[in-house]
Amino acid sequence: MKILVPFKSVPDPYESAAPGGSLATAKSVINPFDEIAIEEALRIRERGDAAEIVGLTIGPAKVDEQVRAALAMGVDRAIRIDDARPLDPYAIARILRAAVEKEAPQVVLMGKQAVDDDSNQAGQMLAGLLSWPQATFVSRIEFIDDKARARCTRETDAGLEVIEVNLPAVITTDLRLNEPRYVSLPGLMKARKKPIEVQTCDQLGVNVQPLTTVLTTERPSRRLAGVRVESVEELVKKLKEEAKVL
Amino acid sequence: MTANTLVLIEHDRREVKRASLHAVTAARELGGSFALLLVGQDLEEMAKSLGSLGAETVILADDTALAEPLADRYAVVAANVVEKLSATTLLGTSSTFSKDILPRAAALLNAPMLTDVLAITKTQNGISYQRPINAGSMLATVQLAGARQVLSIRASAFAAPEADAAESPTERLEIDSSALPNGTRFISREERMSDRPDLTEARVVIGGGRPLKDKDTFDRLVGGLADTLGGAIGATRAAVDTGLAPNDYQIGQTGKVIAPDLYIALGISGAIQHLAGIKDSRIIVAINKDPDAPIFQTATYGLVGDLHQIVPQLIEALQQG
Repeated sequence: MKILVPFKSVPDPYESAAPGGSLATAKSVINPFDEIAIEEALRIRERGDAAEIVGLTIGPAKVDEQVRAALAMGVDRAIRIDDARPLDPYAIARILRAAVEKEAPQVVLMGKQAVDDDSNQAGQMLAGLLSWPQATFVSRIEFIDDKARARCTRETDAGLEVIEVNLPAVITTDLRLNEPRYVSLPGLMKARKKPIEVQTCDQLGVNVQPLTTVLTTERPSRRLAGVRVESVEELVKKLKEEAKVL
Repeated sequence: MTANTLVLIEHDRREVKRASLHAVTAARELGGSFALLLVGQDLEEMAKSLGSLGAETVILADDTALAEPLADRYAVVAANVVEKLSATTLLGTSSTFSKDILPRAAALLNAPMLTDVLAITKTQNGISYQRPINAGSMLATVQLAGARQVLSIRASAFAAPEADAAESPTERLEIDSSALPNGTRFISREERMSDRPDLTEARVVIGGGRPLKDKDTFDRLVGGLADTLGGAIGATRAAVDTGLAPNDYQIGQTGKVIAPDLYIALGISGAIQHLAGIKDSRIIVAINKDPDAPIFQTATYGLVGDLHQIVPQLIEALQQG
């Protein structure tokens, strides 16, 4: 079985979303949900269910650092589709479709959302474009029927749901699927020598224009810091008389 | 029959999810006519209950093949109805249900999508939309190109719709189940029956963090306070990851977004990922033993101290009225 893991380079969420941080200045990392997808693919290969894992990202040469991190984690091959434009999820899904048609994996495993724009769309769109089944927000994957199907546990608003999808399928990962492994420095050094296959949208025969334009971004108005109360009595009094919420 | 906007309604087989009706308010803001789409099995009565929201029509896709919300089937139905109505917008309220189905329908419609829309603004240059990015640390104003678009809106950013006098007819959709995708099978759902209100719809929510240490303490303090106030229970990612609470209690960037009248945060430090899910609450109370916890910069009322002493006192004080 071959697994394709698309991943996105994003500003480190712990830096960019922290007070004083910004999307522009934070260092880049593999989107944490995609890192979980890479880890899961490695575990599937380690238990003998996958023969090859292909990591794939879209971006300019500077995202090669995250491609190396994926190679250091253990993906067998890494592809970067060279495109420096700001792409929306639908453009990304159309580029991924072309890559999937070329690579012909049995499973596409990717994060449920990228933490920079929090869209939570690309996996579902890719599945729709391919007319493949999808299992989203997955916290457990098990291959059954001689790997003809995957039994997936999904984290939904109502609780856990189990579905089975025929392969090939798109599976998107939730937080509790696994804890990604730590990448060692020697592993990272070794990954520097591995090749990165650079392709272009032209070579893939895909011509997409993003349909989403971000006009402005701004910081939301902060909630004003409230007051400290000294006791339970004071808190209850405030909630009753000032906030009128009890 | 035509309509400008189609609103996908969510339900749990027993009743309509009230939050999903907030998308009707967004449909009215977009302007023009709108239709509602209800998908499932044996929902004739539920469809009738949607008749007073001002929709042109309530479209009912009712079939045994649609009994469970499988994304591949529901997306095909939603996209087909959009085509049939010549609608330009497909709309829903953000939830795991709509986030599963709407992007897939968008791809079938060759349309872009925006998730978690907070505001719709009509300008001379068309409509622009505001949505949170990067765990809500920034707000982006966005425009969409193309003939069609798909939106999911934040329930907390749009009011519940007021009733409309005119009665909408229910239109039953012909379903050819042999033409629906057949690659996904529903196996099971673990649903906890609870007397407590739904987390995203509750007027009062009590949230617990990792300092609650074990499940018994979590249930006793967070659950006890929630039951005293008739509220729902939520939790931080850390509390969920350590097994103090089930995953569907998680509030924050990757969990649920809430906007109750009163949110009481017990032992929650206030990571930005959690704040992203609570900042629309009207009143936030924080109880934490660390006086420097960032949650105190967001809370309306902060009380520094030990949860194990304060929460039982608070429950007692509230029970005394």
